[in-house]
Amino acid sequence: MAAMTDIKPGFHDPVLDSQAVFRAVLDAMARPGRLHRVSHLKDVPAPLAPATAAVCLALVDQDTPLWLAPDMRSQGAETFLRFHCGCPLVDDRSTAAFAIVSGGKLPGLDGFAIGDDAYPETSTTVIVQTEGLATGEGLVLRGPGIEATHRLAVLGLRSGVWREWADNGPLFPCGVDLILVDDQTLAALPRTTTVTEQEA
Amino acid sequence: MADVIDHPSRAAATPPDTRAATGYNFAYLDEQTKRMIRRAILKGVAIPGYQVPFGSREMPLPYGWGTGGIQVTAAVIGPDDTLKVIDQGADDTTNAVNIRSFFAKTAGVATTERTTEASVIQTRHRIPETPLTEDQILVYQVPIPEPLRWLEPREAETRKMHALEEYGAMHVSLYEDIARYGRIIKSYNYPVKVNDRYVMAPSPIPKFDNPKMDRMPALQLFGAGREKRIYAVPPYTKVKSLDFEDHPFTVESWEQSCALCGAGDSYLDEVVTDDKGGKMFVCSDSDYCEQRRDAGHQGDGGDSNYATRNEIPENETSSGDDR
Repeated sequence: MAAMTDIKPGFHDPVLDSQAVFRAVLDAMARPGRLHRVSHLKDVPAPLAPATAAVCLALVDQDTPLWLAPDMRSQGAETFLRFHCGCPLVDDRSTAAFAIVSGGKLPGLDGFAIGDDAYPETSTTVIVQTEGLATGEGLVLRGPGIEATHRLAVLGLRSGVWREWADNGPLFPCGVDLILVDDQTLAALPRTTTVTEQEA
Repeated sequence: MADVIDHPSRAAATPPDTRAATGYNFAYLDEQTKRMIRRAILKGVAIPGYQVPFGSREMPLPYGWGTGGIQVTAAVIGPDDTLKVIDQGADDTTNAVNIRSFFAKTAGVATTERTTEASVIQTRHRIPETPLTEDQILVYQVPIPEPLRWLEPREAETRKMHALEEYGAMHVSLYEDIARYGRIIKSYNYPVKVNDRYVMAPSPIPKFDNPKMDRMPALQLFGAGREKRIYAVPPYTKVKSLDFEDHPFTVESWEQSCALCGAGDSYLDEVVTDDKGGKMFVCSDSDYCEQRRDAGHQGDGGDSNYATRNEIPENETSSGDDR
């Protein structure tokens, strides 16, 4: 049991900060690949990134089981999430509403909940901590929310992620959604976004 | 009540209501409810056209007055937003005025009647004529979110039909219209297919507005309070009105143009002006009409000779008492 003083602080203004972070995630999800800055939290427990913690505080609560990848677990992070979000931390990622993973050790996408055809919203939203996000280069994104194409570079992902992502799309309406995080920046890839690694 | 941050778009908009109600959370709903609604909205965006169930709350107005739209707006809106609310295109009807003042009081947000100044627009049954931009969110109030409900009353069945993409019944219903009347007679809440997958109810907007939904730069969110469903159409997403190759989708057209502003491209309401058959057609979108009149456009003032021109005999239009 951690002492209260070990728990890093949450939002300065829980109501308005949650709203601002949600709007960033909403716009990120509605316009895949666009970067949004969420700088509401500065001091967060390792290995969580500030944007990861902000998204959790804005969206995760007692109704949403959260799965932490093995390399994302620490006493500080678990205490922080339990205290501020009040969420159950689960061992089985196929039962999680949200998951926090690192890009380098991202487990197979097929192990998360994908929902079912009648209730496709019962899928996992996976928060992926990367080593860098940049627009205008890298992957070519297409799909709802994108006028023609959008480019997004994602650094620090293990190989094979985008092959698995190509298998996620055809599951529609089922499938996982990704929130990509780099420090205080986030972008999102809903299940409808198709990713091309190299454009001729 | 939190401090309100100034926003550039407020320059010409109504300043935030300084008489904001105290004792309520920002934007009325409690935080746990907002989180639940926000998660539903995000799933809706990720699954365009799919109706996400949510735990709709009691709101301080009756079902049918926009409880779904209000809950979506309450979950989305922040102190930087400028809110516009329209009811059948008009900013000055009871429903629109009251929802606007509700958020001015509970969230202290700026409100406006101008489409171009708004960042969040809650609408009952119209899409503004002025094209929306990427910086705007359109929130629809939806009475019946299930487009298949009139064909299949059982929720378990319609859910299965959506899951299996089994929309034959909908096409048969449209075909029956053609067989019976020679055309598809549905004039509002005309079903659409979103991103080539889900058949979706666009809410009771006139079919005139359906083409505006297709690849709209703004995010479109739909809230149905009584039916407890939220759904969404992301920006730049294909929205196709259902039709047949030999009976393509068409929108309403009028012989008249707006009597006040002369617009020939907007959705017109028929207004009865006297008891002798006089009538005029005016823009349903009150802001669009006003902007055009401010810019110097003028209509013909309506057809005061409508009754005469249509040869309605005088004795049939006068009240019977003067004989």
